[in-house]
Amino acid sequence: MEWASWSEFWSMGGRGFFVWSAYGVTAICVLTEIVWLRRSVRQSRSRLVRMQQWDPSQEGSES
Amino acid sequence: MRFFHYASPSTFYHLAGKAIPWTAWTAGILAVLGLYIGFFVAPTDFQQGEAYRIIFIHVPAAWMGMLIYLVMAFWGAVGLAFNARLPFMMMRALAPTGAILTFVSLWTGAVWGKPMWGTWWVWDARLTSTLILLFLYIGTLALWSAIDDVKRSDRAGALLTLIGVVNVPIILFSVVWWNTLHQGSTVGVSHAPKMAATMLQGLLLMTAAAWAYAIAATLVRVRRIILERERKTEWVNEILRKGS
Repeated sequence: MEWASWSEFWSMGGRGFFVWSAYGVTAICVLTEIVWLRRSVRQSRSRLVRMQQWDPSQEGSES
Repeated sequence: MRFFHYASPSTFYHLAGKAIPWTAWTAGILAVLGLYIGFFVAPTDFQQGEAYRIIFIHVPAAWMGMLIYLVMAFWGAVGLAFNARLPFMMMRALAPTGAILTFVSLWTGAVWGKPMWGTWWVWDARLTSTLILLFLYIGTLALWSAIDDVKRSDRAGALLTLIGVVNVPIILFSVVWWNTLHQGSTVGVSHAPKMAATMLQGLLLMTAAAWAYAIAATLVRVRRIILERERKTEWVNEILRKGS
């Protein structure tokens, strides 16, 4: 183990601000992407289902 | 032929659906292992103290930002050459994750640069070419959303990406070609890694996690794009009927 105590761990040898802002912003970016992906998949599906119910006769393979 | 079988959107949709939980869990597990080694096993750097621990996200994010752009250019070329649908959808699915990871590499570089170099940012070749990469991602995303016609939009995006791909070797070799403030490569194919073994293990685990994460995010996104674009086909109608 590298650290004598948790406070030593969080201070990162006096560079805590830099290390934790790097990790914090990365975590925010990744979590935001995950939430955004889930939401867009849900929205997209419900929109397509609504379109389908509106026009059940649609067919063909043109895209 | 097998290749064309998997290249059909309906087959790929189901295949991707099966792969998503595996890749997502792999990403999570590798990240936990990598962070554990990075923070609790890897020693303090004799030059940089603890600030070097930013490397465990900075380098994987920077590598992925470049790699995703190369993969996008590859799919763009395939799409243009074969006039197929799926490669363009892959391109679109990759871009947001590539942009986010490039931003992460710039951000983590800035907060690493401040304590080590005394500045958040310098206009040196490595940093500037990486910023251009981010602008290329944003430009491609903007171009796609600006052109309504899907086919034209796809082709324009592919063309822009193929032009922009010259920037990737510039990023890679910038530390060799120019005298940059950014250091040269620590891990390379031509020499042994210039770091402790446990540091390298943490770095490689985090890199593998970044790969798995990028694949998972791309597959989720490409499935959404496939549904949107193939919405008039019978197989999509069936999925929507069952899913609702």
